[in-house]
Amino acid sequence: MSTKARAGTVAGTSVGFVVIMIWCLLPVAWIISLSFKSTAETGAGSPQFLPKDGTLDNYKTLLGVGKLSDGSEPDPAVSHDFLHALINSFGVALIATLLSVVFATLAAYAIARLEFKGKRLVLSLALAIAMFPVVSLVGPLFDMWRTFHLFNTWPGLIIPYMTFTLPLAIWTLSAFFREIPWEMEQAAQVDGATSWQAFRKVIVPLAAPGVFTAAILTFFFAWNEFVLAISLTSTTDSRTVPAQMSFFVGADPFNPPYGQLATASVVVTVPIIVIVLLFQRKIVAGLTSGAVKG
Amino acid sequence: MASISIQHLVKKYGDGFPAVNDVSIDIADGEFMILVGPSGCGKSTLLRMIVGLEDISSGDLKIGDRRVNDLAPRDRNLAMVFQNYALYPHLTVYENIAFPLRLAKKDNAEVDKLVKEAAATLELEEHLQRKPGNLSGGQRQRVAMGRAIVRQADAFLFDEPLSNLDAKLRGQMRTEISRLQKKLGITTVYVTHDQTEAMTLGDRVAVLKRGILQQLATPRELYDNPGNLFVAGFIGSPPMNFLPVEVDGTSAKLPFGSVELPADKAQKVAGRGLLIAGIRPEHFEDASLTDGSGGSTFQAKVDVVEWLGNETYAYIPFEAPPEVAKQLHQLEKDLDGEAMRTQLVITLDGASRIKEGETAEISVDASKMHFFDPATGENLTVDPANAGQIPGAAVPA
Repeated sequence: MSTKARAGTVAGTSVGFVVIMIWCLLPVAWIISLSFKSTAETGAGSPQFLPKDGTLDNYKTLLGVGKLSDGSEPDPAVSHDFLHALINSFGVALIATLLSVVFATLAAYAIARLEFKGKRLVLSLALAIAMFPVVSLVGPLFDMWRTFHLFNTWPGLIIPYMTFTLPLAIWTLSAFFREIPWEMEQAAQVDGATSWQAFRKVIVPLAAPGVFTAAILTFFFAWNEFVLAISLTSTTDSRTVPAQMSFFVGADPFNPPYGQLATASVVVTVPIIVIVLLFQRKIVAGLTSGAVKG
Repeated sequence: MASISIQHLVKKYGDGFPAVNDVSIDIADGEFMILVGPSGCGKSTLLRMIVGLEDISSGDLKIGDRRVNDLAPRDRNLAMVFQNYALYPHLTVYENIAFPLRLAKKDNAEVDKLVKEAAATLELEEHLQRKPGNLSGGQRQRVAMGRAIVRQADAFLFDEPLSNLDAKLRGQMRTEISRLQKKLGITTVYVTHDQTEAMTLGDRVAVLKRGILQQLATPRELYDNPGNLFVAGFIGSPPMNFLPVEVDGTSAKLPFGSVELPADKAQKVAGRGLLIAGIRPEHFEDASLTDGSGGSTFQAKVDVVEWLGNETYAYIPFEAPPEVAKQLHQLEKDLDGEAMRTQLVITLDGASRIKEGETAEISVDASKMHFFDPATGENLTVDPANAGQIPGAAVPA
């Protein structure tokens, strides 16, 4: 390729990159900008992109700290509900992720390593469950959970979240396990390890990128899920943030508090970004390089 | 340290195919035993049965005085070096070597002492803090051996440990393994498909074909007294030549002419009709370079000549009668070979001036000839006193 053509390619790539970045990040920028606008400003007929006079009122109201710009106390009910929803979100998402990853690791290991009857069936069923529309289960689940007294509880959300994320986690992890040479754990067993020790000390560390990938996907699902969260909860005892946000109606039904909604969105996105940045380092491709001749 | 006793070991897979079929080998304490054979002969399966990674379908396996058939690998106290090394990539070299000791719950001071010792033996001291991914093939190989020697196992098991190295390194590591084994004096079972490794390393060599032990003998015995056609063809490079032959009195009729046999040999094969003669390439010579006393000579047209400096390989094609050709073709398949034609390979002195396409006068040392039964492949002229054990022989040694 000539230098000129290469320069053209580079320019084209950069332009495409910028276009896509703007396309993806504009809504995010819009939400961040909204979160600094006062109710008066969001209610105005033609709002501008940047806040005219930025205010932290929305954050203060939601988190229940400090005083608003007009000197009044923030509404305690709003922050109470939001903070409870935030705790619920964390609790439900973390527990669902933990359980899902633990079960998926064990199941995926069995699927990758053992030959048993119905292995294909298990895998196809898992995939079928993953493809099942969540909405169609809301009605039956609602009835069941009421009978089992799981309605409006954490387990009532954790169990369905696990069910929907396990298949994907199992598929991801069994792919990772299959990549790990059999010899690794055979070597460990010859070296004096029990099957469990070989699994824990050799296989799991090697599958760490897969485990973290599965964990992130599960956490995202549980953290962002809305349909089940709104249908299977009734109070802030178990309602998660996405569901709670639909209750941000404000005093005037014709003038919803867009600023607060945007602020809640920002607050709820921060943990996701932190978690991705933390786990990203763990998802190092090719961790197994050097295990065997390659 | 311990002896290993393998008694009538059988490994049958789900489809009933015996990968290892009634193999019995006694490995003495401190002995270096080689299991060799072409791919699919069951040598690796046998090794994995010894270490406990494969179940034993029937037979007895004893390490020392203990029957270990049903013990888990970790309870057999054997150390194994895998073909692809199977190092733990998430651990440093130090922790890789220390792994068996950590599992045995040794205290840190002892672990450190043993790891340092092993590293010193294998010259790995400067690499202890590196990860296996950053090491060269030979270094990885040494780490794998370090993990084996660190724990004072009863025996070492090697599964084709050198097959992933390049030719030069392979030669060096071969010597290294031999030296290490002599130094530690530990019972060793070594699987390879490479007959050079088998000949140079082993105190004794077990040759396997399709799960059946063919011959168990010292390298010299295998070379001089192969028990059957398969062993004869497998051991030696270039391989032994197989020719159709008819013996009449003391005269053996080969495709190129007749040679005179020593009386004792001729007597063993008298009246057997068409046989297969086995002659090693080095038992031929350019007749113009011998003083004329070296046995019979014959005329043959040389097809291809390969001059290697110290010696010359000459190739002489010949036609074989169908019953012999069929047996030779089957043998070629058993040996994983792909020879297209029946031809004679002979090793001549480097000084030989024979050219391609010439008809040359070749002498042959008939006293070193072997005669094989074309139906069974059995060596009819084997010297049972110097051939180790040949389990399949009609007349037991």
